[in-house]
Amino acid sequence: MLTFTIRRLFFAIPTLLFIALAIFLLLELAPGDPMANVPLTVPDEVKEQMRQALGLNEPAPVRFLLWIRQFFWVEPLNVFDHMFGTTFAEGELRIISWQNRAPVFIAIAERIPQTLWVVGTAYVVAILIAIPVGIYSAYKQYSIFDQAGTFVTMVGFSVPPFFSGVLVIVIFAVQLQWFPSIYDTRHAVTDWDSFVIQVRQMFLPVMVLALQITSQLSRFMRASMLDNLNQDYVRTARAKGLKETAVVLVHVLRNSMIPVVTVIALGIPAIFGGAIITEQVFKVNGIGQLLITAIQANDLPMVQTLTFIFAVLIVLFNLIADVLYGILDPRIRYD
Amino acid sequence: MTIRTALLTSVALAIPAMAVADGHVGERGRDGEVSIIYWQAPSTLNPFLSSGTKDIEAASLILEPLARFDETGTIQPWLVDEIPTVENGGVTEDLTQITWKITPGLVWSDGTPFTSEDVKFTYEYCTHPEGGCAQAAKFEPVESVETPDDLTVVVNFKEPTPYPYTAFVGGESPIIQKAQFENCIGAAVSTCTEQNFGPIGTGPFVVTEFRTNDVIAYAANENYRDPNKPAFATVNFKGGGDADAAGRAVMQTGEFDYAWNLQLAPEVIAQMEAGGQGQPVVGFGPLVERIELNHTNPDPALGPDERSVIRPHPFLQDPAVYEAMSMAIDRPLLVEIGYGQAGRVTCNLVPAPEIFNSDTIDCSTQDLEGAKAKLEEAGWVDSNGDGVREKDGVELRVLYQTSTNAVRQDFQALIKEWWEEIGIATELRNINASVFFGGDAGSPDTFQKFYADVEMYANTFNGTDPQAYLGGDLCNKIPSPASQWQGENITRFCMEEYDALWAELARTSGVEARAEIAKQLNDMQIMNGARIPLVHRGRLSAHANDLGGIKLNVWDSELWNIADWYRIGG
Amino acid sequence: MTDARDPSTHSGNDTVVTAASASLAATEPVLLNTEARSQWWDVWDQFRSHKGALIGAGFFILIVALVVLGPYFWPLEATKTNIRSRNQGMSFTHPFGTDQLGRDIFARMIEGGRVSLAVGMAAMLLSLVLGTLIGVLAGYFKRLDGLLMRLTDLFLALPLLPLLLVMVLLFREPLTAVFGVEMGIFILIVSAIGITSWMQTARIVRGDVLALKEREFVLAARSIGTPPRRIITRHILPNVLSPIMVSATLGIATAIITESALSFLGLGFPPDFPTWGRLLNDGVPYLQQYPERVFWPGLAISLVVLSINYVGDGLRDALDPRIRGR
Repeated sequence: MLTFTIRRLFFAIPTLLFIALAIFLLLELAPGDPMANVPLTVPDEVKEQMRQALGLNEPAPVRFLLWIRQFFWVEPLNVFDHMFGTTFAEGELRIISWQNRAPVFIAIAERIPQTLWVVGTAYVVAILIAIPVGIYSAYKQYSIFDQAGTFVTMVGFSVPPFFSGVLVIVIFAVQLQWFPSIYDTRHAVTDWDSFVIQVRQMFLPVMVLALQITSQLSRFMRASMLDNLNQDYVRTARAKGLKETAVVLVHVLRNSMIPVVTVIALGIPAIFGGAIITEQVFKVNGIGQLLITAIQANDLPMVQTLTFIFAVLIVLFNLIADVLYGILDPRIRYD
Repeated sequence: MTIRTALLTSVALAIPAMAVADGHVGERGRDGEVSIIYWQAPSTLNPFLSSGTKDIEAASLILEPLARFDETGTIQPWLVDEIPTVENGGVTEDLTQITWKITPGLVWSDGTPFTSEDVKFTYEYCTHPEGGCAQAAKFEPVESVETPDDLTVVVNFKEPTPYPYTAFVGGESPIIQKAQFENCIGAAVSTCTEQNFGPIGTGPFVVTEFRTNDVIAYAANENYRDPNKPAFATVNFKGGGDADAAGRAVMQTGEFDYAWNLQLAPEVIAQMEAGGQGQPVVGFGPLVERIELNHTNPDPALGPDERSVIRPHPFLQDPAVYEAMSMAIDRPLLVEIGYGQAGRVTCNLVPAPEIFNSDTIDCSTQDLEGAKAKLEEAGWVDSNGDGVREKDGVELRVLYQTSTNAVRQDFQALIKEWWEEIGIATELRNINASVFFGGDAGSPDTFQKFYADVEMYANTFNGTDPQAYLGGDLCNKIPSPASQWQGENITRFCMEEYDALWAELARTSGVEARAEIAKQLNDMQIMNGARIPLVHRGRLSAHANDLGGIKLNVWDSELWNIADWYRIGG
Repeated sequence: MTDARDPSTHSGNDTVVTAASASLAATEPVLLNTEARSQWWDVWDQFRSHKGALIGAGFFILIVALVVLGPYFWPLEATKTNIRSRNQGMSFTHPFGTDQLGRDIFARMIEGGRVSLAVGMAAMLLSLVLGTLIGVLAGYFKRLDGLLMRLTDLFLALPLLPLLLVMVLLFREPLTAVFGVEMGIFILIVSAIGITSWMQTARIVRGDVLALKEREFVLAARSIGTPPRRIITRHILPNVLSPIMVSATLGIATAIITESALSFLGLGFPPDFPTWGRLLNDGVPYLQQYPERVFWPGLAISLVVLSINYVGDGLRDALDPRIRGR
């Protein structure tokens, strides 16, 4: 397994370079212009000058190589400088966003806290709810609990967050006035009271997101448990006189985890990616909102950098999922 | 006699009027925090790097111009004592030079004196060829800027300029501090994040925290020239989301005090207003929602160098056709459905300022029968009974495109129905706004390429003078493959008489004479079928009921007078 | 407007058939030619005895019938505005009320249902077929695993919006030239959604296949020389059916919503063309005044997803020989 992991990590490098190239070409090909949001009152000659100032007159291959160099060399140097107070990166041009002419990593660093708070919490909540619900629904298939669970999760998944988000705002923020409708990213948690405020402002977005994720996860959990509950080894385990909880929670659960692990592994990069619509609805202004505004503004360096970071996370977590498969089911071998 | 006399008198009246306007006085910072929400988030505080309204207005709390426009569109001295005119000797008789006298004693928020060097530096900063300054057009007529002494700025123009109030006037052309930006000129702009995100200004507030595309925190400027202003100690400026949520946060939940530019359906605004926490305010600039008529042939069968390049359009230049299309539209209904109190019927391209608004054409009543008769008379008849009129084998079929936007899609649905009723088959398309308004020469869907018969969007001009705006429809501004599809003349309208009359406007001084020519230019366009104006759109913002001092200004930054805002009962 | 109906009606009819047979499609060929009849009768008997599945199937057929046959019975047109009767509530003439332009919402629901169901089903099927194919191939054949999974990683990493914009840029004009406006856009939307949503299914199926192919019955089959194609169709596919079923139910909801996002971006059908997703989208700003405007499309999407879910449940049970006859 160790050699497998090392080999995969080694192969990840060309894979990622290829993905970076694919993203770059895709963004080049996509219609759009960083000057799209400039008011029509600005003359075209001025727009052309602004484009040139962004480096758009350079040929595409040059811009790609420049980005590669900035991402893999200049930006790490900057991190190093920041940590040790050195000045290796001085005079090197960092990856600059076209929207504000500032390094993209400044914006990314500002966004990570709220995205982790909101989307991360939603994931944790969803996993904590979905797995027990999925197990119990499968164990008591077609019970009232299972039927109710099916109904709630299906409706929860069918209703998109652009609707459910506004709905909970109208109910809980406008009518009942229990929670704020706008997330304050400047709020700092320093003591108990500020923590309560933080929980209050997180409550609605976390609720909306967790409903979506729970729906999805619990369906896969339930389906997978159902597959395994009727297997011969379960009968054998019961026949051996194992306690029912041990049968279900140890034997069946372990064998049912593979699809769930896959879904969770696919979901963790999404935590960093933020939740585009939910962040928009609640003004969380995290990574998801950063990405969507960058796409709308055709801020290619920002989009390229963000999507590449997601690509790294996706490759990494899919590798972790593969390793976990081997642990969950030792029969799975890769060599 | 001239615009300057008119302006000067109103300036003289306005200054004392403003000082006593509210009668709300007290010490600086007495009213605590004011919170503002913009559904588009500012990405920088340097207005020379981004021309987005959001960025310019967020910066206008900090950076100020020498003079700016008030809520009536009248020019007001801001960092100077008076507006230079020919009469007071501030503008030379040959109209090639303007001299600004800076108010003595002004300081930057860091305590250093504000001098003419800063003004000159601003000019140099924005005109540097590698800087990509978004406001370069403001300085385009300027030949040089001189500083005879610390408080005098002399601007020399390349040629006689009848309207000299572009450079250093209005929220789009404020003054930045030389000491701060000295090393940020030209290609170095991208290395100056700290400066771009935290400019030092002369305005009522200073920035304390800036998070790009998210939130800005300001505090009152300790060195602001009026010791009793601003009334608020801090400003919380949140960005992002949508107009819906912004309106709700001000008028229904009361979480915010001021929401910018709420483009929402009238019923939605009314419902929010019923929330009782806040109220909408409306102001009208020259923004016009219009249908542009293509003067070239957009047939997809044509090659890339001919499509929307070769003239004429198969039928849109027939007066019967474009007049019938305009007559079929019920503009009052469009206003009622789409904009409510934030819209007015207009038949003109230049509906404001009032003196430029032509009254030659009336289009406020729908006349479907008249439109049908007009087409009939011109020989456009439906001979094969398919509901579409034709003449000489040409059928009246139009592709009608616009950007994605709820109100525009409602307009499309209504206008399509009216046009189909008079026998013009209409196919609708909507395009993502960032593609539609983007100038990507590789995309077939931009508004400049105009690969459609008609398209709808809104356009406006800055300040109060429409010369440059009307100049956008000259023959030499037509986008084409040769110009990489750049150029303001989207309709490809081209008339020698129009070009000649515009040249006359560019030579004429005196506001009445200019207005007269501008109105003729406007009428010439509309009567010759350049476009069909639909709605004169206003700006609708909302503020909390307990926020006082709001004067919605569409000619400058909406936050232009934030120093005068206060909390009612606060 | 009349030619607009042809493609959607056509696919609307298709969906009746495909709904039931879709997920079987993959298993069908081989299973059919080996003692097929009796086994399929067993499956049908088992399916019939599943109450939820029957109700779900009934509901689904009802909805499909309503949107397909509705226009023949309902006199009002979906795109006809009537300014005098704007924003009306529920009444006899307008059972679901009217919208801000006075268009009948019931007619719009029927019209929108045709498009949404057709797009949802077709895109879901495309994404399932792609995901299952890639997942099974990657899981079963070690040589393909690396390549196919890196491809999956690539597709997961590509930003969705620019990808869709590029697809529209490259393919809209050729497709509309060949198939006409409505059909061309239909094909474009279905492939856009299908091509951007198969990855999760592929990863999940692969994970299950990796475990399954080491199980005793597969090893046994292999040891007696069964060719891979038959092992896959006979032994592997039936056992990964349940995650595929879940993907299918979740996929149809996602496809219907994604379609509305596409048209909202201006990448979809012409703007006067109603779909459930767009009706929902358009209704959200009016949530407080006219909550019914979001209620109906929301309900319709939820009902479709719920009924597909129950059909999937029944199908899964019916195809599991251990449950069958229990």
